[in-house]
Amino acid sequence: MHHSPDEKTRLVGLKSILELRAKLLSATRNFFRERNYLEVSTPALVRTPALELHIDAFSTDGHFLRTSPELHMKRLLCAGYERIFQIGKCFRAGERGNLHNPEFTMLEWYQANADYMDILAETKDLLRHLAKTCLGKLTLERNGKSLDLGTEWQLFSVPKLFAKHAGWNPAVAFDERRFEDDLVNCIEPSLPTDRPVVLLDYPAQVAALARLKADDGRLAERWELYLAGIELANAFSELTDAAEQLKRFEECARKRRDMDKAVYELDLEFLAALEKGLPPAAGVALGLDRLVMLFAGVDSLDDVLPFR
Amino acid sequence: MYSASDLRKGLRVEIDGVPYLITDFNFVKPGKGASIYNCKMKNLITGSTLTRSYRSNDKLDEPQLEERAVRYSYKDGDNYVFVDKNFEQVSVSPDVLGDARFFLVEDMEVEILIHNGRPIGVELPTFIEKEIKETEPGFRGNTATNVTKSAKIEGGYELQVPLFINQGDIIKIDTRTGGYADRVRTAKG
Repeated sequence: MHHSPDEKTRLVGLKSILELRAKLLSATRNFFRERNYLEVSTPALVRTPALELHIDAFSTDGHFLRTSPELHMKRLLCAGYERIFQIGKCFRAGERGNLHNPEFTMLEWYQANADYMDILAETKDLLRHLAKTCLGKLTLERNGKSLDLGTEWQLFSVPKLFAKHAGWNPAVAFDERRFEDDLVNCIEPSLPTDRPVVLLDYPAQVAALARLKADDGRLAERWELYLAGIELANAFSELTDAAEQLKRFEECARKRRDMDKAVYELDLEFLAALEKGLPPAAGVALGLDRLVMLFAGVDSLDDVLPFR
Repeated sequence: MYSASDLRKGLRVEIDGVPYLITDFNFVKPGKGASIYNCKMKNLITGSTLTRSYRSNDKLDEPQLEERAVRYSYKDGDNYVFVDKNFEQVSVSPDVLGDARFFLVEDMEVEILIHNGRPIGVELPTFIEKEIKETEPGFRGNTATNVTKSAKIEGGYELQVPLFINQGDIIKIDTRTGGYADRVRTAKG
């Protein structure tokens, strides 16, 4: 078999993007190595995927493709690995669009004895390091606009943002559909695009694996990072309470059943590890394909994934 | 029946018995949230547009649509009669054809879009040729195409043509816009 002339032209045209991606991967590994993180590889083929309300797994031959490496990585945390990172493919059924591909590359890392604000500081360091190393500057250019990673990152509390732009507080009377519609239609378009934006303190209902805030149990210690209006990373202070985790999984299973969605078996090995003790920890999941997109200044994953 | 996850640009769906073409599609999924499928659609009967967003559990009907290759045969009263390769006749009303009715030429190959057995639109060749039946005399030598005058073809369809076009000239019309495209030959040529 040989490439068709069109394919060859297309792939040759992607050279600078592929080089950028390679640089980003190597700079990411250097960043974490210098901070004494251990790079790990956990299974992509799993017995049962994590139960999340709106994340669907591909099933294959009695197993599933992982939708995220989270549960395995937390089992490593439970075993005493305090700083771990992983770059690997994850798979989510039914997700395809400019910003979604059913197969995508996730950068995920965990740090023991840290919370979501500590790991936000580390995320800032990471992105600034990547920009300096791969682009030689701290600004990202896109559609004639520039975004400064070096400036102060803007933090917005989710309840306050909703009060301001949507006129209600989702922490008081949570309505999932309304939350999503307003997030997409009112909140996201209002976010500044000249600097990184962090939405933090989400309603507990949309943070199944996160710790609740000590001073307000309606909110979870979760943040989402937006660059140029695009959601790039999600982070939690991890939930370490095994009983609470079991309760949330069961609740999620019930809701999935009501929605006629596949209900995955509980991950008993994960729950057993949690039972023995997960240290306080924080973790971030960052979409690497989207990062390449943002660093390359393009609008769609079509422009960065060579085969789609 | 389509699920929301089947939706994509170019797909045809049916809403309340009306066929629509998805002209623009975008998938969004806020972190940890449900999939949202945003569609811009064109009503295949009236041409009007509609914006809708769907969730995973939503279902849409599949329209019974058929594209039939036919030739234009003749005008029967107000209606236009087309014939397919099995010599089966399809009669189409002038309001379904719109301006396309002025561009028909005997034996022209067109595609008729049929919904539940009822013709709802036709697709003509992009360019067709028609004789100018009526226009002010042309200015010989004025070859500018940016200055125009009005002209009529058979059936009374009126369009703007360059000043050098004369009655009896054969012109090319772009059926997508209904506008003048080129002069094919002059009346005496």
